[in-house]
Amino acid sequence: MPDNNLIEIQNVSFSYDQRPILKKINLVVPRGKVVAIMGGSGCGKTTLLRLIGGQLKSSGGSVKVDGEAVETLNNDQLIRMRRKMGMLFQHGALFTDLSVYENIAFQMREHTNLEEEIIHDLVMMKLHAVGLQGASQLMPSELSGGMARRVALARAIALDPMLIMYDEPFAGLDPISLSVVGELIRKLNDALGATSIVVTHDVQESLKIVDYIYMVSEGVVVAEGTADAIRSSEMPFVHQFVWGEADGPVPFHYPSRDYADTLLGRIQ
Amino acid sequence: MNRTIMDIWVGIFVAIGIAATVFISLRVANLLSSTSAATYQVHAEFNNIGGLKVRAPVKSAGVLVGRVTDISLDTVTYMALVTMDLEQQYSFSIDTSASILTSGLLGEQYVGLEIGGEEQKLQQNDKIMLTSSAMVLESLISEFMFNKAGESK
Amino acid sequence: MKAIVLLGHHVNDRLIRLGYITRFLIQILLQSGTCLLRPRLVLREIYFIGVQSLIIILVSGMFIGLVLGLQMYDTLQRFGSGEGVGTVVALALVRELGPVLSALLFASRAGTAVTAEIGLMKATEQLSAMEMMAIEPIARVIAPRFWAGIISLPLLTSMFNVMGITGGYLVAVPLLGVDEGIFWSNMQSSVDFSNDVLNGAIKSVVFAVAVILIAVFEGYNSPPTAEGVSNSTTRAVVTSSLSILALDFVLTAFMFRGI
Repeated sequence: MPDNNLIEIQNVSFSYDQRPILKKINLVVPRGKVVAIMGGSGCGKTTLLRLIGGQLKSSGGSVKVDGEAVETLNNDQLIRMRRKMGMLFQHGALFTDLSVYENIAFQMREHTNLEEEIIHDLVMMKLHAVGLQGASQLMPSELSGGMARRVALARAIALDPMLIMYDEPFAGLDPISLSVVGELIRKLNDALGATSIVVTHDVQESLKIVDYIYMVSEGVVVAEGTADAIRSSEMPFVHQFVWGEADGPVPFHYPSRDYADTLLGRIQ
Repeated sequence: MNRTIMDIWVGIFVAIGIAATVFISLRVANLLSSTSAATYQVHAEFNNIGGLKVRAPVKSAGVLVGRVTDISLDTVTYMALVTMDLEQQYSFSIDTSASILTSGLLGEQYVGLEIGGEEQKLQQNDKIMLTSSAMVLESLISEFMFNKAGESK
Repeated sequence: MKAIVLLGHHVNDRLIRLGYITRFLIQILLQSGTCLLRPRLVLREIYFIGVQSLIIILVSGMFIGLVLGLQMYDTLQRFGSGEGVGTVVALALVRELGPVLSALLFASRAGTAVTAEIGLMKATEQLSAMEMMAIEPIARVIAPRFWAGIISLPLLTSMFNVMGITGGYLVAVPLLGVDEGIFWSNMQSSVDFSNDVLNGAIKSVVFAVAVILIAVFEGYNSPPTAEGVSNSTTRAVVTSSLSILALDFVLTAFMFRGI
């Protein structure tokens, strides 16, 4: 193996309509690990995933995946790169006009010339891995939120990717589905020998399953470390985030003028 | 949705669509009988063509034998030069006369051909020498009035 | 001064949009290879776009024909040429009403469905997911719908015309007592294949491109929210209806000038 890091992000900046989202952010994801990227809503976590997937282009710095700089790839190279990646979208993003079975078979049909029987076996294996073999003929609209997430997970690993990205895999799930999905992320990563990036703001669940954590705030990494290190961190921001305190370094109040002044009508 | 059912529906859809197109082409526009016959071209010069238009019918003894394809003004003689396509199956003698007639009192104008007595037949690009112009209603009426006025003197 | 700025802004906006939509069309054409290799993709969309518009097209065509027959006969009768009703119905349908009305119905039935579907796929990140699976959404989602629309609308227009002429026939012959032979022969002698039928067909192909292109464009570019999708759908209907009428005027001016 040429180097131990599957993903290296160096000094990457990105702005959206002149609003800076990422400011010279640095982070690395070692091979075979499950890494969480945490931070409040809108701090640029999803943007980071899109940069890795090449759906967005950074305005500075370099994003290296498996030794190749994503921003320098042409369209064909990008497509080849993406075939090594699987991604779970925020709300599953299952194809609503296809059955569960067809959703998982989709990439196999598009990218390979496998026999129908082999596709059938592969799809069933993936569904079995997420425990939904019995739901193969259902349509996405007939699934509960947790089931849909698991199907999406099965679809993300359909072609045995070397990198699996999860965009808010825990959002909107009940506690049981939450731990099911959490455990699946860990198990699938180890079983496939893949590398996983989990973007989330669900601290407790992700601390249980991940190897390493990056805390992102206002476009930069503010803290990093293993689950234990983060839990016991004394940094005020980390503490506020992990323990879910309403007020702290991240203020409760949106920046505003003095409250008393506003009420007394001294300023408009 | 079952694939086979979808296939059947799309098959029916395309079949009906093509059938409809064929129906319009054949039954409504009468494609077969209007263009299948080979044609030859003849010309004729008229003093006045009245309201004759391109694509007006050419008839002989009331039977449709061709269509007017072009109308232009001969700038030497200042006569109207009418070109028409006649169907190959009908041949006319070289001294055929052409006149511009009206179907009904106010109907469309067409070219009427009247056969002559010569043995020789009209060929491609021949010219019909004997022509009579359109009856223009306004000039007929004014002529009539003029004559009446002359009589009453 | 403000009005001029506003006007300039609007014109600029429209031109920029026109540029985008042209570029989008070129992209679709460049990525249509997948459709050729896998006709099943297009076939599926013909089902959703064409077959599902069948009922509205057939029923509307029939009623338009019936009404046209009644009205035209009434007017023609005053000039003593009631037998011409077949001619008028057929010419009106084949040249104008068939292509234009079918396209308007198609825009509101199939066009909106396509815009809403693509908009929803975008809002639920299905298009993004496809991109991440190294599958180009334009080739896999947009192009099949585009071609299905272009195949479907001319066929639907033909069906509309036939239903309309049948409607005219039903009113004229059994109801009003026009002679059947005269009805058809009058029609046949005045409807020309290349001038009327072919021009009508060209119109419906042009309308098909306009309607389906606007539908997929609005869907693909709709903001990924529920509100965005519904706005895009509305805009797709309005824009495509207006384009149909404007294009119809331009095409008619070119086609039927000399006749």
